[in-house]
Amino acid sequence: MSVGIVVFPGSNCDRDMAWALEGVLGLSTRFLWHEDTGLEDIDAVVLPGGFSYGDYLRCGALAGHAPLLHAVHAFAADGGPVLGICNGFQILTEMGLLPGALTRNRGLHFICEPCQLSVNPGRCRLLKDYSDGDRATFPIAHGEGCYQCPPETLVELEQNGQLVLRYCRNPNGSVLDVAGVCNEQGNVLGLMPHPERACDPLLGGQDGQALLKALLG
Amino acid sequence: MHRNVSVGSTGCQDRSNCPLLLARFHARVQVQLRPSVLDPAGEATRAAAGRLGVAGLQSLRIGKAVELSLDAESEAQAREQVQLLCDRLLANPVTENWTMSLEERKA
Repeated sequence: MSVGIVVFPGSNCDRDMAWALEGVLGLSTRFLWHEDTGLEDIDAVVLPGGFSYGDYLRCGALAGHAPLLHAVHAFAADGGPVLGICNGFQILTEMGLLPGALTRNRGLHFICEPCQLSVNPGRCRLLKDYSDGDRATFPIAHGEGCYQCPPETLVELEQNGQLVLRYCRNPNGSVLDVAGVCNEQGNVLGLMPHPERACDPLLGGQDGQALLKALLG
Repeated sequence: MHRNVSVGSTGCQDRSNCPLLLARFHARVQVQLRPSVLDPAGEATRAAAGRLGVAGLQSLRIGKAVELSLDAESEAQAREQVQLLCDRLLANPVTENWTMSLEERKA
């Protein structure tokens, strides 16, 4: 069992993710270059944070067309677990695996701080080890994390239990305080906060461990 | 007109790559945030405009302009290609609208 961590030019949380998964949790990982075309022997996929392709055009827009992501589309359609964090969340929306879009923070500033989140796991498989109403603290580090989507989509997402993570104090202007969204099937999760930075006790928090462990079961 | 040359007489095997059959088009694509989408950068710029002494500015929204040139067999084909590009890559339909202008450029 192995977690594939996709590496784009400009990714910068790929190694943090590998440390959290492998160094802290003891899960096997493999880096996957964005120009690869297959996901052989990969059981879960992570799109890590960073600035893929320098955030040119729009955050995540160019990464969404990388060769490997065709395979990720098929992997997700087959029910494989896919987790996108920060830039990875932006990529998932750009490639159409998750609804909505992430735009410039309301206050324009890049924000880097711990954020308390309210968890509503709904149908999300990666959040199965959290209970409804749990609080988790993950750091955020982004300039474009303001979640937006058409009002009718938002209603649908809420009814379907897909708005699985919300900020207790909204830092960026996201609609309904949304910090993370899952797809209808529950196997694809995107979130702006960084669970991989809340795993190693040396860094001050372990709230992210249950999320990352769920990638392989 | 160069595009009236038949494929057979040009010696080209592939019609879509035959330079003698293609015309060059220039497109200008304007990508704009949808009116309902917050534009904090535009708002900040509007505030700066006020500090510069420019009065009466009611709104300021920031978009992108993309200029491109492409070779195609016809204007209809060029338009179709640019539309595909706008829908799939240049604009994000969740937050942005786009418009384009297209014209043939003589080599």
